[in-house]
Parts: sequence; C-alpha cells; structure tokens
Amino acid sequence: MNLSYSSLTRLLSRYGSIVMLAVLIVLMSFTSKEFLTVHNLTNVVRQVSIFAIIGTGMTFVIITAGIDLSVGSLLALTSCVAMTVIDETGIDYLGVLVGLVIGALAGAANGVVIARFKVPPFIATLAGLTVYRGSSLVITNGLPIIKLEGSFRFIGSGMIGGIPVPVIIMIIVVVVMQIVLSRTAFGAYVYAVGGNEEAARLSGIKVGWIKFWSYVLCGFLAGMSGMILMARLSSAQPAVGEGFELDAIAAVVLGGTSLMGGRGAVWSTLIGALVIGILNNGMNLMGVHTHYQLVAKGFLIVLAVLLDDYLKKRR
Amino acid sequence: MNSSPHLALNHISKAFPGVQALNDVSFDVQGGEVHALIGENGAGKSTLLKILSGAHQADSGTIVINGEETLIEDPRAARQKGIAIIYQELTLVPWLSTAHNLYLGRERQFGRGLLPIQHMNAMAREELEKIGIHLDPTVPVAELGVAEQQMVEIARALCENAQFLLMDEPTASLTDREIEILFERILALRKAGVAIVYISHRLEEIPRIADRVTVLRDGAVVHTGPVSEVTMSDLISKMVGRPISSHFPPRTPAKGREILKVEPPAGSFRSRPVTVHTGEVVGLAGLVGSGRTEWAWRVIGAAPSTGEHVFVDGKPVHITSPSKARELGIGMVPENRKDHGLVLMRTVRENVSMTILDRLVNWCGFINLNGQSQSCSYYVDRLGIRCSSDSVECNTLSGGNQQKVVLAKWLVRDCPIIIMDEPTRGIDVGTKFDMYNLINELSQGGKAIILISSDLPELMSMSDRIYVMHNGDFVAELDSRKTSQEEVMHFAFGYFNRT
Repeated sequence: MNLSYSSLTRLLSRYGSIVMLAVLIVLMSFTSKEFLTVHNLTNVVRQVSIFAIIGTGMTFVIITAGIDLSVGSLLALTSCVAMTVIDETGIDYLGVLVGLVIGALAGAANGVVIARFKVPPFIATLAGLTVYRGSSLVITNGLPIIKLEGSFRFIGSGMIGGIPVPVIIMIIVVVVMQIVLSRTAFGAYVYAVGGNEEAARLSGIKVGWIKFWSYVLCGFLAGMSGMILMARLSSAQPAVGEGFELDAIAAVVLGGTSLMGGRGAVWSTLIGALVIGILNNGMNLMGVHTHYQLVAKGFLIVLAVLLDDYLKKRR
Repeated sequence: MNSSPHLALNHISKAFPGVQALNDVSFDVQGGEVHALIGENGAGKSTLLKILSGAHQADSGTIVINGEETLIEDPRAARQKGIAIIYQELTLVPWLSTAHNLYLGRERQFGRGLLPIQHMNAMAREELEKIGIHLDPTVPVAELGVAEQQMVEIARALCENAQFLLMDEPTASLTDREIEILFERILALRKAGVAIVYISHRLEEIPRIADRVTVLRDGAVVHTGPVSEVTMSDLISKMVGRPISSHFPPRTPAKGREILKVEPPAGSFRSRPVTVHTGEVVGLAGLVGSGRTEWAWRVIGAAPSTGEHVFVDGKPVHITSPSKARELGIGMVPENRKDHGLVLMRTVRENVSMTILDRLVNWCGFINLNGQSQSCSYYVDRLGIRCSSDSVECNTLSGGNQQKVVLAKWLVRDCPIIIMDEPTRGIDVGTKFDMYNLINELSQGGKAIILISSDLPELMSMSDRIYVMHNGDFVAELDSRKTSQEEVMHFAFGYFNRT
C-alpha cells in the first residue's frame, strides 16, 4: 500500500503535466458538450501549435538557464517582413523563406549580445522585444498589411488528410527538436551549459556557441510561428504577438522545465502548451469574459507550478 | 550532570532507497569535550549530521538532549535546542557586513523598523572579541578570508547560545596557519564548556584536537574511545576495514620526453619555467592563495593569460580557451568539483562523456549511444566509481566518487597532460589511496601529471619533482626525494636566501 502510494506520487511528479492535461480534458468534456467535438478540438490544437512551436525554441533557451522575451515581437517582425516581400515580389515562398531567415538572424543578434558581450539574457531579449516591435512598426508604418489571396495561406489554414497544416508542422518540430535535444551532442551540451556553465566550459565545451545557437533556434522557430500566424490571419500586423512570450514561457514551465536551467524536455512543453490551450478554450466555451480569463490563467499557472513542486518534494 | 550539556544519539537507524545509511548508531558528546567523528565518504557521517540538524528524520532510535528525549523536526528546532552546524560550505551572505551576518534572521532583538547599525556593530564586535577574533564587523564577509568567515559562522552559532557545535571538515580549505588559529579557538570553546563534534578527513588533526574519537564504517559505529588509546594506523584500518601498510603507494618514475613547458611572462625575474615530462608527476607546492590554481586556469585558457609562454611538445601554442587546451591534450580536474567539475543534476554517464561527445557523434550530430555507455562504464569500473548505475544523477554520489567522475572525464578523452588541483581534498582515506594508485598507474602509462596539493606529505610522496609557488611566482624547483617538508615550506613562505 505504502509502496504503491509512493510510486504513484513519483509517477505523478514525473508525468504531472500529463495528469494535469488528462484531468483538464475529463473536466471539460463534462462541463461542455461542445468540447469533445472534432471541430472544437481541431481548433484548439491549431491554436496551440503556435505556442508549442515558440515554446520549443524557448525550451532550449531555458534549459541553458536563459530566457527569450523577444519572441512575441519577433512574430510580428517576421510576418511584416515576409508579407512585404510577398507584396513586392508576388513570390509567396520567397516571403516565407525571408521570414524564417529574419527570425534566425534576430535570434542570432540576441545570441551575440548574450554570448559574446555577456549581457544577461533577460536584459538582452527585453531590448530585443522593443527593437523588433519597433522595427515592425517602422516597416509597416504601423498599419496592417492584408492579403486575402495567395498560396502562403496554405500553411495557416490548409489541411492534409484532415489535419491542419500548422498542427503537422508543430508535430514535426516537436519530434525533431526532442530528438535533437536528447540524442545529439548539441542537446547534451545545452543541458550541460544550463546545469553548470563553468563545468561545461572547463570540459572544453564552447559555451558561447551553444548559447548562441539556442537563441538562433528560438528566433527561427518564432519566425516559423510568425509565418503560420500570418497565413492564418491572411495579414501581417505590427501589433500581433504581444504577450506571446509569456504564454510560451508558461507552456515551458507548466511542462516542468526548470527556469534555473539544466532540466526539461520539448515534449513536456507541448503538454504545457496544450494545457494552456484547453484552458483558454474551456473558458471560452463556458462564456468567461476574456478579462477574467487572463486573471484566472495567472492563478492557474501558479497553482500548477506549486502542485508540480509539491509532487517533486514528495518523491 | 545537568549543568553540563549532553547530547546523545541512541540506536539511530536511517535508510534511503537502496542503502542503509545508518544502522543502530549510538553516539554522544558532552560539554567541554571534542568528539571526533571519522569515516570514509558514504560511511554515514553526513546523514548523522543531517539528522542532528533536522534535515532528515531517523527511522528509529532516539535523540536525548540534556537527559530529555527530543525530536528535531527541522533546522529551526535544531537551532533552538542549541545545536549549530558549521558546514564545509559556508552559509554567510557574501555582500552583507559581518555584523549583519551575525544577526541574520534575529534582527528583531534590535526592535522593529530601521536597524540601529552602530549599536549592532558594537554588539557584533563584542561577540567576536568574546571568542578571541579581532575583526571589523562592518566589513562585508566576502572580503574576509575563508578562515575568518568560518570564525564568523562560529561566532554566529555561539551568540545563538549554541551548546553543541558540529563542525564538518572545518580545516578543508584552510592554510596551516589558519588551522592553528582555528584549533586555538576550538580548544578555548571546549574550555568554556561547549560540546564539539569534529568531523575531519585529516587524521593527523585528531590527536591534537579531540578527546574521543568515533569511527563510522558502512553506517555503523566500529569504534568509540579516547583518542589517547588508539594509533593513527589503528584508525585507518578501522575506517577502511583493511590495513594500509603505508599512506602512499610507492612510485617508480618513468620519465620520458618533455611534453609541456610554461615559461613565465617576460619581465618576471623571480619565476622559473615549469616543465613536465611524459610519465612524470610534477607537484606544485605553495600556501593557499599563492596562485597555483590561478596559474593552472591560465594555462588551460580558462582565465585571461598574463603573458605566459606555453609549449606543447616543444611547439609554442596560444591557448585561449579550455576547448583549445582540450584539443592540445590538456585536461584539468578543478579544485572545486561541485562548482567547476560536474553538472550535478545530470547523470554520471553524461558527465563522463561530456569531453568526448565531439568524437562520439556521426555526421549529423547524433551521439553513438553504445560508444557512450561503453566508454563510460569502462571508466566507472576502472576507477571503481560506486553508483547503482551510470544513469544516476551525480548529486547522489559521495564526494570521493564525484571526484572520480571528474577524473574519468579526462581519462576517457585520453589527454596526455592532466592537471589535478587538490584531487584528494575532502575525500576519504580509502578513495585517497585509490586516487594515489591511479596517479601512479597513469604516469606509468605515459601521462604527464601536474599535481596541485596543499597536503605536503601527499605532494612529496606522489610527485617526482616539486615547484614551489610564492606570491604567483615559481620560486623553487626541488627533487622530491632529496628535499624536506621544511625546505618546501621555507620557499613557500618566501624565505629564499637560506643560510
């Protein structure tokens, strides 16, 4: 009895986020009969895909004991640049390609400031947040660029075999990045740098490069989300993505990745993103006003992290 | 009996998943006594300390304080009952003043609102003088030496009216002179009626400082008695359960070609070049703070160079980072294994293979998991690293085993040059002996080893040549078979013109 109880708590603490998700799903399916419909669930997962993709990059950064606050602004910048390119050239895939490159370059800029000039990640990416937001306003003159036609829209609203394209992209990103994190030398170095930077450095690991590439990856994936969002909205808006960095960080933390670095996984961030997505959806279905939703979400995040902590201590 | 403090543990047992950490341990200490507690790493000393500090609860057995059976639920309760622990790692707040640190958490005694700083400083000065320490209480503790910080810890414990002072390896990072001062203070405290439990790996300290000694082995008490009734070799054989004929295994030098040479910066007149040959162990002697660690960090590019010229295999090299040093075949086992040697929250396997991942990957960066686990388990076996599997986190290992993991990192890389900074600090006698055998094996296998150690007998027995550092300069080069401890210390203290 005692043994099974302790092994239960151990299981709970390791897969706490999954349990949370399961409980949430069960709860929702009882409260709302709309919830368990294919239509609704497809909607939820499509919404989640953006946060899960940003969250994947954020997971790498957070495991190195860093943070990237600039991803929300980067979403706007990449979509504004991409849409401008599409507008000017009429070549859709070129615009998307440029958007992804801009994301990676902006991430590289963050990475250089952090790894080369040793500016704390919080400050460096806070600066990035305003620079990228400002740049998107400059590029668009503060006005949205709307384009209702074009093949680029496929990545936002297309379907392959009944599954929305953003969801397919998300699954590919999560699977590939989880493998990168757990099976490649780069992934091992990411854990080492976050777990003990000095030990990693003295072991001959090029700590600066590992951090740099983590931010590049984070920027690139933010760009990818930017492209999806642009395609779904059929427009680029300089004000889009505000506060997305916080949802991405929340997804990472809800998944159980430590903000102190050295621990975490990509798949658990996906779970975290799903928890947030279902929470949003559930409150919508129950008709909770969005203002109250924000308040409730904040409380729930703290609650979830406290629960996770409690379970870890019980181990 | 009631007037003198008395602390007793009766039949304490404590198990963790997979290990019986303590098994029916009885132990006591009374006022005016120093009771030494010794044992290998993993013998149960730290568990015992944690039970006394309230961090862990015993599974069975009782704790009796001054004749009264008590429970120690948490660290706060331990403090209230007069138990204070001075840990190896100091627990002071570095950028607060000494006075602030002394009264940390107990500022209420100065009333609510703003702290009366001057009054507090005056009181702090008084407390410090009481135990014979002359320190300016306004100085941030970060600016004090380690020994002074330790004194502040002790003063803090005492002004909380501690009756029982538990010291965990207090001399581990002290110089000989600081140790003298510490011993003087401990003896004064003993005279004042404080009950002291003294945990140390330095056996030679025991007869000087302790009245009684208890030996723990595998979680059980194997010996308790007056220090005067046992010899050092008795204690050693009790700790490890097998007799060690001599502290140090014999060395057969196997000196080969010169593989590393470090010339001092231009304009440094007193310092001499350091050379190391394959198959040779070169010792670096010096007082703590003489700059040996800093020199080693500069050599491997972990700290900015001050202009040393480094030659590997006779060729001049420019080492700007530890990764460059690694390419050139220089590895370092750092002094502070927890902060600089290991990623504690990652597994043994991940830590050991950290230095060779670049060799274990295929063209697209995937780690060869078979190769990783094979090379890791080979060294786990060879170094005798005690862990249930190599996929446990390093923070579950004892200090000695952690040290072996750090060494394994460089052996697995097969670095021809290894710098070991205090490789035996804070590890038990048995593991020390393992480490000495390893050093011998490695050098016989052709490795060039630079050994930095503050333990002079160790340094003299383990190395072939010794360089003595004083104030950042290598002031002497000595043949370890021909020199004496006195001669080494002479140079280390900076007396060069010996008559």
